[in-house]
Amino acid sequence: MTALSSSRRLVRCSAFAGMAMLLFLALVSPLAAQDTMPPAPYAYRQLDDPAQEAQAQALMETLRCLKCQSQSIADSDAPMAGDMRSQVRQRIAAGEEPEAIRAWLVERYGDYVSYAPRMTPLTWPLFVLPIVLLALAALLLRCRFLGGRDQ
Amino acid sequence: MRSPDAPPERPAPRRWAIWLPLGLFVGFVLLVLIGLLRPADREVASAMIGKPLPAFDLPPAIPDRPGLARSDFAGGKPRLLNVFASWCIPCAVEAPQLDALAKEGVEIDGIAIRDRQEDIAAFLARNGNPFTRIGADDVSAVQLAIGSSGVPETFVIDAGGVIRYQHIGEIRADQLPLIRAKLKEAEQ
Repeated sequence: MTALSSSRRLVRCSAFAGMAMLLFLALVSPLAAQDTMPPAPYAYRQLDDPAQEAQAQALMETLRCLKCQSQSIADSDAPMAGDMRSQVRQRIAAGEEPEAIRAWLVERYGDYVSYAPRMTPLTWPLFVLPIVLLALAALLLRCRFLGGRDQ
Repeated sequence: MRSPDAPPERPAPRRWAIWLPLGLFVGFVLLVLIGLLRPADREVASAMIGKPLPAFDLPPAIPDRPGLARSDFAGGKPRLLNVFASWCIPCAVEAPQLDALAKEGVEIDGIAIRDRQEDIAAFLARNGNPFTRIGADDVSAVQLAIGSSGVPETFVIDAGGVIRYQHIGEIRADQLPLIRAKLKEAEQ
């Protein structure tokens, strides 16, 4: 009887300790390597002109966050992504073309920073291959069906 | 010879074709294994190597060192440009190596990313201060302009202000010879 209740208490106790540990980790780990500076001016603030903001938003959705590489800078809360958003918005507000801003970043980080696919000597097979495969499939189907009718 | 209007013969079934699915499957498994055993390099290298530093002018990050501007990189010997932050743990790991290089006479300039004056002062008091100048980059503007994607990163800049090498991540003790070699290389 007592053994049972003490073992049950042990289970409950360790569950509590586990939860406390998780909570502690959740609170502590993001702080370990993050700065405490306020975000850049336009990291979380939209531009006043809706047309310019739409332009900036469209561009930010196709720029890669360099810290969290599967996210766009529009999606990421990394401080560096905030700094990039702020820079994009400020440049758009200053009248710069979105593609010029993209080119500026590509000049610094390579094609990797942009999510917009480009046709280059390295990437053209990606664009051509689907067409070739479709043509091949059409040819194959034609041979099969027309061949069958001939018999 | 076959007459042209005779029905075409059905080709004999090809024996090798039955191995095709297995072959494709083995190829797929190999591809996955390569991806698992040798994961792709996730570091983003700067595309600015071989290009001159862009124009910038950063205010001093701490009172007892001057700020950092593009015009500081003219003449003299090749030097190091270290992108760091007090909140960055690997930056503390590389501090002894930077100190060693500074003692050898290498000029090291720093860019402090998104940092507070008192935090930088405490960081340098704790880990040593190898920097000649430290510029404060509060919105990562210069970091973006030189194609750096994190802290710490160290750039070798030659006497003409051209970026010659980028070291991503902390400089570990066994990488000191590499940095010295890159500095020597940048003399030419």
